[in-house]
Amino acid sequence: MTTSAHPRRRPLLLFAGFGVVALLIAGLLSYFAYPHPDGLDTVILQGCTEVTGGEQLSGDCIAQRADDHALADSPLADYTVRGDEGLLGVSGVVGVLVTLVVAGGLFWLLRPRRADRSRDGDTG
Amino acid sequence: MSGASIAMHMSDGIVDAPTSAVFGLIAAGGLGYALVRARAQLDERTAPMAGLVAAFVFALQMINFPILPGVSGHLLGGALAAILVGPWLGSVCVGIVLIVQALLFADGGLTALGTNITNMAIIGTAVGFGVALALRPLAARGRRWLVAVAFVSAFVNTVVASLGFVLQYAIGGAGGASLGAVAVSMVGLHALIGIGEGIITALTVGAVASARPDLVYLLRGKAPRPRTAPAPQVSPEGSAS
Repeated sequence: MTTSAHPRRRPLLLFAGFGVVALLIAGLLSYFAYPHPDGLDTVILQGCTEVTGGEQLSGDCIAQRADDHALADSPLADYTVRGDEGLLGVSGVVGVLVTLVVAGGLFWLLRPRRADRSRDGDTG
Repeated sequence: MSGASIAMHMSDGIVDAPTSAVFGLIAAGGLGYALVRARAQLDERTAPMAGLVAAFVFALQMINFPILPGVSGHLLGGALAAILVGPWLGSVCVGIVLIVQALLFADGGLTALGTNITNMAIIGTAVGFGVALALRPLAARGRRWLVAVAFVSAFVNTVVASLGFVLQYAIGGAGGASLGAVAVSMVGLHALIGIGEGIITALTVGAVASARPDLVYLLRGKAPRPRTAPAPQVSPEGSAS
């Protein structure tokens, strides 16, 4: 591990890099995601087969008991924009920004503010 | 039931209402406690860092990768977040991701939010960080070791988080499959997903450690113990600047 990093340099570059990479992943790489059920969904669908283009299930499986999402009609539902799957990247970017604002904002507001917070005496 | 659309987390109705309610309380209590513990470490560096980690986990959860023909997996993110920003902030980060996904993207049922948060934000993060903490002496040896520790922690995080679902299904499952079949498939598939989770976590932690090792919580010698552990590899105060 290098010890030469400057512990007090503001990590703006790293922050910017983190944010840009997150936006690129959600906005662009998301189009290349493997379009098949994940591990949990696969278990839940075990015993069923999808009929009529995947909209209905036949057979007995856990997924037959699952309810539709209460907010299934919301504008960004299923990572679309009003149902348009082509706008996956747009909804992803919105999600990244909302998550950043909610989490970052919450953490920023909750940080203890002490005027005399000890700063290791780094005045020079 | 929307069959083929992107859904990454548990829907409503899979676990009965009382079980969902109990895990809702566990999730709320756990996240609340984590937030209280996290507060002490929040400052003008850790707050934006943790916000970015949450956003990064959200982005990565969109990327389903193949684990078997026709079966995908995606990052859960607990170990990744905990290694970078600590277990308390880390679990709140993953919890916020799950709340945003449920409320804004209709991914993960509303009554299932407690079970999803318990599995991924609390169990996954706690177990993943526990492994990382146990292996911290190795991680402090160098970047390759840190990357290996990140991989192992993330792998265990994924597998154990999947056991959370098995537990909830055992307690209040709606039926449709035998518990044994659910347990075997969940653990088997999540062992494969855990490899992907491990690779992504290792790459991310390795990249941050290359740029700013001082921003990797696991390396900071600030384990959540009251006594301050001897901080390794930090040059004596005042010698810089």
